[in-house]
Amino acid sequence: MSTRAQPAGAPPPPETETGQAPDQAALSAGARQERRLGWLLCAPAVVVMIAVTAYPIGYAVYLSLQRYDLRFPGQAEFVGLGNYGAVLSSPFWWDAFWVTLFITAVSVAIELVLGMGLALVMHRTIFWRGTVRTAVLIPYGIVTVVAAFSWQYAWTPELGYLAELLPTGEAPLTEQWSALWLIILAEVWKTTPFMALLLLAGLALVPEETLKAAMVDGATAWQRFTKIMLPLMKPAILVALLFRTLDAFRIFDNIYILTAGAHGTGSLSILGYDNLFTALNLGIGSAISVLIFICVGIIAFTFVKLFGAAAPGAEVKR
Amino acid sequence: MAAVGKTHATRWVVLNVVVVLYALFPVWWIVALSFKDPGTLTDGDYIPRDWTWENYRGIFATAEFTRALINSIGIALIATVIAVVLGTIAAYAVARLRFPGKRVLIGMSLLIAMFPPISLVSPLFNIERFIGIFDTWIGLIIPYMTFSLPLAIYTLSAFFREIPWDLEKAAKVDGATPAQAFRLVIAPLAAPGVFTTAILVFIFCWNDFLFAISLTSTESARTVPAAIAFFTGSSQFQQPTGSIAAAAVVITIPIIVFVLLFQRRIVAGLTSGAVKG
Repeated sequence: MSTRAQPAGAPPPPETETGQAPDQAALSAGARQERRLGWLLCAPAVVVMIAVTAYPIGYAVYLSLQRYDLRFPGQAEFVGLGNYGAVLSSPFWWDAFWVTLFITAVSVAIELVLGMGLALVMHRTIFWRGTVRTAVLIPYGIVTVVAAFSWQYAWTPELGYLAELLPTGEAPLTEQWSALWLIILAEVWKTTPFMALLLLAGLALVPEETLKAAMVDGATAWQRFTKIMLPLMKPAILVALLFRTLDAFRIFDNIYILTAGAHGTGSLSILGYDNLFTALNLGIGSAISVLIFICVGIIAFTFVKLFGAAAPGAEVKR
Repeated sequence: MAAVGKTHATRWVVLNVVVVLYALFPVWWIVALSFKDPGTLTDGDYIPRDWTWENYRGIFATAEFTRALINSIGIALIATVIAVVLGTIAAYAVARLRFPGKRVLIGMSLLIAMFPPISLVSPLFNIERFIGIFDTWIGLIIPYMTFSLPLAIYTLSAFFREIPWDLEKAAKVDGATPAQAFRLVIAPLAAPGVFTTAILVFIFCWNDFLFAISLTSTESARTVPAAIAFFTGSSQFQQPTGSIAAAAVVITIPIIVFVLLFQRRIVAGLTSGAVKG
């Protein structure tokens, strides 16, 4: 089961599920040295990650409990949960929340279907396999801001090829619903390749013989897909869904370029940004930051619960 | 039979063409825009009627863009090097050594990978202003390095688990010193993984927009994605469409080159951690 290489030299001591060596007293000198080396080697990365994420998050919590407006620095004072009350009772938060949830749910759903289709094409195609894979990687590599500009121009009246298809006078980026769909389109275009590649890796795990056997037994293509491929790919699908959901939930670049959050298209990240950098209200902005952090935590927790053993991170102990 | 094979082949060709068009059309559109002169910008043609380098000359004539390009390259390169070095060391330990706390480390880095950057922007903004690294290279390098570390640790440890570490022992038995064994046997096996990770991290840093617009205020550290968003055009009455298109093409080129050259490895890097486990 273990894919991990055994350390050179040391005799393989029995290992518990958590990867923890059994008993302090039973540790050989070599094993102790190995532990120390392991901690030592991980220390720089851990220190950096804690210093740049844990500390600022703590600081954000602290800031969120203050009235702290950069335009009136003299009036800073402790207000407890007041900022949270202000944010949660504001329609701006809830509008942005539903917009974000809508964009996340719809784009991830579309990406899953489209990504599966792309993955199947990449997996099965006999012609130009390399070309197709390279082409699919390009949207992944493209700077989001660049892609967003490309879409924005495409939908700009008198400039864009897509705007021309619409009746004259239509400016889809200035209407809430059409703009939301265009944001989703931009998001889907940019990130479907990522989904497709993760699914492609999952497809590679499906044994050819099993599919052949099912074919011989008379299973249709759809049955082979739903009864054999999907169950075997479940871990890859869940990982792809988790990554994409969390990523879509923090959507910022696309919206900033396409509509700047106008016409009711602002996501939570846009709301946080506006409060911090346009209104310069660090207290409210920090409260929004912390709330977004909590939302992401809830999403991740839900997924990990759903995943069970297939959760990323669980892999190490196997 | 031959006819069946032929329809089958045609179907795949059509599917492939659809996929390639889907992936490349928006890219082509912005390339075409960048080569149009202002007069024909709005003609809606997919191929410029009169090709012109005017937009490119325009952006390179201003310090705004050149400066941003230098910032982008410098900041992304430095952040990549640091993240990959720290990531390699940690991933080596994770893949190779037995020590408690390993799962916590992986869990923590995954947590950070999922972190909403906006949650860090407000405290970082204030902290960086306080210690005086706001609007500097270091001010961007630090968050980039941190957010790409989990990616580096995750992909590298997946790569490292595939390395047959016993070879090192074999080399030592054959009389190599530990340093030689590492340099001659393990390093060449690990290098492709490290290199792939470096590309992924670089793409990540190159791509960032939120930190770039939040933690900078002048040209001194603003990277290209942020600079493009603030382009104003050569006069205030002119839409900067052509300049933005040209700048967009310029920052896309390095990534396209990476993708074309290292397509296979990038796919391996993106997928190794996710499914093998």
